[in-house]
Amino acid sequence: MKNLLVIAEHDCGQLKLATLAAIACAKKVCADTGGQFEILVLGEAVSGVADAVTGYGATNVLVGDHSSLKYPLADKFAYIIATVAKEHGSTLILAAASTFSKDILPRAAALLDAGMLSDVTAVSPDGDDFVFDRVMYAGNVIATVKLDGPVKVLTVRAAAFSAPPQIETKSPIIPANVNVESLPQLMEFVSRDAKPSGRPDATEARIVVSGGRALKNSDDFERIVGGLADKLGAAVGSSRALVDSGITPNTLQIGQTGKVVAPELYIALGMSGAIQHLAGMKDSKIIAAVNTDPDAPIFEVADYGLIGDIYQVVPELIAKLEQS
Amino acid sequence: MKILVPLKRVPDPDTKIRVNASGSGLETDGVKYAINPFDAIALEEALRLRDQVGTAEILVVSIGSADCQEQLRAGLAMGADRAMLVRHDAEVDSLAVAKLLAAIYRREQPNLVLMGKQAIDNDANQAGQMLAALLGIGQATFISKLAVSADAAKAICCRETDAGLESVSVALPAVITADLRLNEPRYVTALGIMKAKKKPLEEITPADLGVDPASRTRLLKLSLAPKRKAGIRVKTVDELLKKLREEAQVI
Repeated sequence: MKNLLVIAEHDCGQLKLATLAAIACAKKVCADTGGQFEILVLGEAVSGVADAVTGYGATNVLVGDHSSLKYPLADKFAYIIATVAKEHGSTLILAAASTFSKDILPRAAALLDAGMLSDVTAVSPDGDDFVFDRVMYAGNVIATVKLDGPVKVLTVRAAAFSAPPQIETKSPIIPANVNVESLPQLMEFVSRDAKPSGRPDATEARIVVSGGRALKNSDDFERIVGGLADKLGAAVGSSRALVDSGITPNTLQIGQTGKVVAPELYIALGMSGAIQHLAGMKDSKIIAAVNTDPDAPIFEVADYGLIGDIYQVVPELIAKLEQS
Repeated sequence: MKILVPLKRVPDPDTKIRVNASGSGLETDGVKYAINPFDAIALEEALRLRDQVGTAEILVVSIGSADCQEQLRAGLAMGADRAMLVRHDAEVDSLAVAKLLAAIYRREQPNLVLMGKQAIDNDANQAGQMLAALLGIGQATFISKLAVSADAAKAICCRETDAGLESVSVALPAVITADLRLNEPRYVTALGIMKAKKKPLEEITPADLGVDPASRTRLLKLSLAPKRKAGIRVKTVDELLKKLREEAQVI
């Protein structure tokens, strides 16, 4: 019997929807090979997060709710995950790929002496074991691998697993065994500079409007990229170049080292389409691109390409969307 | 102060990646290699920290074949003081790397491990966090700013997370992993290359460290990710809107 443990991710008590992809992956493994899964929610005042994941068929939703877990510090979170995994005999521990999971899960894996795979896009049964696909080389190469050892740890790509349907039966919510006194005290939270933008997160939005080097300053980015995004109820994203030059905050970066998104529509404005950027968006369902350079690599992946200056094209686009 | 900086030999980021015919690995013909760019950023930060505190010994370490000497010499040319190569020709996964580095850490007792947040070949983003776990010390990942206290007892690190910039304080020694915006690594000078030739480069084996470097990860095959096909060019905003509405039905 396989016991899986899904680590739920949330942002200050708001469930990250990518968690549902990790749940979907766990459900697939359970359906393929038999087994059951539990979901672990850690944080402070996270009953809303726990409630939000009770409808997916988990045996239990385990909750560690304490003021010392307000911020996801790796020393404490990894320690709890490893402790709970040992207690519950978890053989597969998984979470959606994000900076949260990439910070914490490798630490938990090492505490469990378990191998780990990042950015898994497929899991298939192979006898009593599994075969995994994962992406590497900035998304250009798919490695098909096996992972030895009794305990395995994964982060999964949200785009590769669709959110499962909710079911009537609710999973019981039970407290996780968190011994606050024994938690490591190696790190302390100091501050967070997160400005609420009022726009959806690029990893969760149906449409993402993204800007590149053609944008000259923050005001232009806000007016052109932000303006079109707001018209479409979309999220905004940006290339690394704009983050490096201080035009956009790091939270908007999409690419090999930023966020990986796969919306229904990705609109690339004034972006060249460097391979590191493509790594973060090439699984989008539809890609539209506007760029003055007809040879820009972005056109090699775009379903619809328009050669033109975003400073003229986008205001026209916004005006025409307003008309209809 | 002593700073340990692991350097990984990876295909140059501008190399076009090709998979060999059998899918057992990459086509290596004509591929140039470099220090993993994130590791170069980590080394640059170590060099700046040394300038700031006055004296510090910087040890660069690589794990792999004799070819890794090239990247270690490049690290010495950037300004590291000495180098260590753990000779091991087979592939190692992140947990094996972390175990080897943990053994080196115990031998060398550095105040700080600075390394790249991920290697651009396998993009795992695991080794630093695993190393910190094995050593029972703190970690600060994906950092874009580092400030070490005067008594070297702690570091304040600015981390780049999905939610925004986050500042954490971590007790030293710790493992700190570099993100892109931490700094821009210096270029190697001719003088640096000359000096590097005289700096010590020690070779050891996993057995010398008492570590079994066996990987948990077993590669079955590599394949190129499916390529998107280029679509069509539209001429006007009206045409683009029409396509998005009627053909793709996404707005």
